[in-house]
Amino acid sequence: MKILVCMSVVPDTTTKITFTENNTQFNTQGVQFIINPYDELSLTKALELTEKNGGSVTVATVGLADADAVIRKALAIGANDAIRINAEAKDGQFVAEQIAAIVKANGYDMVLTGRESIDYNGGQVCSLLGAMLSWPSVNVCTQMDIQDGKAIFERDIDGGRQSISSSLPVVASAQKDLCEPRIPNMKGIMAARTKPLQVVEAISVENNSTYSLFESPQAKQAVRLIDAGQAGQLIDILRNEAKIIA
Amino acid sequence: MTGIYAENSEGIFKKSVLEAASYASKIQNGPVTAICVGKPNDGESEKLAKYGVNKLIVIDGLNAFDAQVYSEAVTKAIAHAGINTLVIANTYEAKSIAPRIAVGMNASLATNVIAYPDMSNGFTVKRGVFSGKGFAYVKLEKTNKIVAITPNSTELIENNQSIAIENMVAEQSNSSTQIISTSKAAGKIPLTEAEVVVSAGRGMKGPENWGMVEELADLLGAATACSKPVSDMGWRPHGEHVGQTGITIKPNLYIAIGISGAIQHLAGVSSSKVIVAINKDPEAPFFKAADYGIVGDAFEVLPQLIQAAKNH
Repeated sequence: MKILVCMSVVPDTTTKITFTENNTQFNTQGVQFIINPYDELSLTKALELTEKNGGSVTVATVGLADADAVIRKALAIGANDAIRINAEAKDGQFVAEQIAAIVKANGYDMVLTGRESIDYNGGQVCSLLGAMLSWPSVNVCTQMDIQDGKAIFERDIDGGRQSISSSLPVVASAQKDLCEPRIPNMKGIMAARTKPLQVVEAISVENNSTYSLFESPQAKQAVRLIDAGQAGQLIDILRNEAKIIA
Repeated sequence: MTGIYAENSEGIFKKSVLEAASYASKIQNGPVTAICVGKPNDGESEKLAKYGVNKLIVIDGLNAFDAQVYSEAVTKAIAHAGINTLVIANTYEAKSIAPRIAVGMNASLATNVIAYPDMSNGFTVKRGVFSGKGFAYVKLEKTNKIVAITPNSTELIENNQSIAIENMVAEQSNSSTQIISTSKAAGKIPLTEAEVVVSAGRGMKGPENWGMVEELADLLGAATACSKPVSDMGWRPHGEHVGQTGITIKPNLYIAIGISGAIQHLAGVSSSKVIVAINKDPEAPFFKAADYGIVGDAFEVLPQLIQAAKNH
């Protein structure tokens, strides 16, 4: 089976986020970039599924040449090959259009995404792809398996969990708990250097959105400390001063 | 025309749906149309009417939730009602259908929206980005738009209407997915919608000590949450993990017990209106992000909080 894993390249989770150019750009100065953590899960799961059922794993990223180092890491983890669509990821809809074109051209049995990227947090690409390809889409999966030619998922729903089966092809998104992300070993890193990384130009799509300005969260005022021996006072303050609980 | 998708949670419209109705009628500056799948319980449509909905389209004939089938039926109802701006509460269900509807109606889609749009020059929304570490202003360029708003971000605005109900029968279509089983934690408040959240970390020393956390949460009508290490160690289910790679929440009150306040954790909770940090380490970074703090051991502080919450 052929699996396509959609990968975003995002700032490391420890990054302090700041903005430049009068708050119109994200400040990438000194920022370490990584595979989006949820995409790392979908990549690992794709490898597990193809090791069990046979097949290949391709990674697709929408990004410029500076994404290549992170794409090589995905190849080191075990993907067979990679495709980079040479454009800035404008928004979720732009990315989904690009990936959908790749899927239509190459044909896959399964497309996996992360639940969301940790930079723009759109959480859109999985379901957008489903609609663009007229495939079923299953979001926020904590388990994925293939049984008798069907995909079986466990996924989070509002206030609970659900077990669901789907025909193939299908697009699904990864949630925490799906698997333990793999760490590349030396053999993988060596092999990644010569694995194919194909660069394709973006297709043109209708403009969906324009990012104009960024803002940082407001800094908090100094904390008001309550003595640990009088901790019960906190409840009183929250009730009668802050009026935040009944 | 502005409309909303009213998520039908076993016959009930939750507060997040009423927030969506309020939001929609505010930007429409008048009454709006709601679309739901399946008949709501008695009295529920009146809840929508209270917040500005004067017409409810009920889609009948669909069985269990299927993102593809639901989206197609809702897209048809949107076209039928002449809706060009759709407001939806940003829940898991919304995330599985809003993008599909956006493709169906050729709309610009913004998720994680936390404020009313600026419509002075087009339609610009403010949304959360970088997992709570920033905000972005985004102009939606297409004529049709879908705005998915984060629960607890905008207020309920009363705007009483009388509501007309229209039934639409969905065409039968074959579902590619089949639900095998569903389990819901009965009576528990979903974390993303909770107004008060009591959260705990490694300072609790082990899963066997969570009884106190749950007791305080029950007394405050709160949902429970936890830090990443606690969920990684399996002390608590991953669905309780708040932070950059977990859930981002914005309750009115967030109480963090025995959580140091790493940048990844703060990212997921920093939009909370009031933050309380309880930690025995006075240097814990959480105290810089908190409104109120108690420097003390969780096992000493929690019983006092429980006692005080009971004395009311």
